[in-house]
Amino acid sequence: MSEEFPPVIQALAEAVSSEFPNGLLGRTSFRGNHRFHVCPKQSHAILKYLKTRGGFGMLVDLSAADYLQYPDAEDRYGVWYCLLDVENGRRLIVKTNANDPDPSLDSVVDLWEGANWMEREVYDMYGIEFRNHPDLRRILLPDEFVGHPLRRDYPMRGKGERHNFPVLTRAEG
Amino acid sequence: MALEDFLGDNIFVTKLNDIASWCRKNSLWPMPFATACCGIELMATGASKHDIARFGAEAFRFTPRQCDLMIVAGRVVMKMVPVLQRIWLQMPEPKWCISMGACASSGGVFDTYSVVQGIDRFLPVDVYIPGCPPRPEQLLQAVIDLQDKIQRTGTVLGSEFDRRIRPEGPRPLALEVPQELQIVAPGNFASSNRLVPGNCNGQANILKGFNGEKR
Repeated sequence: MSEEFPPVIQALAEAVSSEFPNGLLGRTSFRGNHRFHVCPKQSHAILKYLKTRGGFGMLVDLSAADYLQYPDAEDRYGVWYCLLDVENGRRLIVKTNANDPDPSLDSVVDLWEGANWMEREVYDMYGIEFRNHPDLRRILLPDEFVGHPLRRDYPMRGKGERHNFPVLTRAEG
Repeated sequence: MALEDFLGDNIFVTKLNDIASWCRKNSLWPMPFATACCGIELMATGASKHDIARFGAEAFRFTPRQCDLMIVAGRVVMKMVPVLQRIWLQMPEPKWCISMGACASSGGVFDTYSVVQGIDRFLPVDVYIPGCPPRPEQLLQAVIDLQDKIQRTGTVLGSEFDRRIRPEGPRPLALEVPQELQIVAPGNFASSNRLVPGNCNGQANILKGFNGEKR
């Protein structure tokens, strides 16, 4: 599982481990993707550390997945932050998780402004609440939508959203 | 003496319905409701190689108030249906609708919560085009077929539309999905089954293992 870590990432992992005891749950690497698995309670602090001290000034992507029924999954939701160090061209993926009921995480909008809409999308699709988010509401689905459709237990054909419209006949226009 | 003999070759006599339909069918102004890859084929149909202008339908207008033919090209999601219906209602009479491609006609491969399974469930459609996406020739054939329909059924005052008072599409899909079964994705890895029993709220029983479980 664990490939070679570059010395920079290795040093960073050790620094994070010493700064946040029990914060770094593990790290994996696959084909050049280096991943830190962090504790959800300390995810904001670790990300802040990585931004200010590690040099990862850019949040490339923030997304989530539902691991319901996934083989050997321990947590219901996984959330990841893809970070980029623009000056040195280094990349790092920080993974954390959330669980039912009331899955929630700390928002990172105060660190990266670009996280605003990405966190709204994760909230829209998975129902993961981001604490301290300035404007947490649906971004893609209509406001009156009920539920979070990318959850695995959401029926694929929906709950009637695609049927609930008036039918126009030709005679009425 | 017949009227034609008196007037000569420069005049021909026909019915008002026929001449109105003849005018209308040869100057269809499409409203391109292009939401997906069918829209690319729609653009190709308008371009020089296929040249929809040969059939008098080259005047694409991006406002519904100047159009009389709506071409729905691509999938329509449930968020878009009110928009689609409003655009249709804004088009002046007489007007027609072509449902272009598998997605607009039936939902295509997108059998999901958000994609409408055929616009004819909510709108009256005159001509359907199969294909994914259809080639420009198919769209041209649909325009020709619609021209035939207009010539055959058209009236000056549009009274042929007044008779279409019933919904013309299929019945609502919700009736087809049994209530006691839920479809989940991915399904059970062991049995390859995507149908699981669930309660009426749509909460599948597979949730058990994760309820209240915290790290």
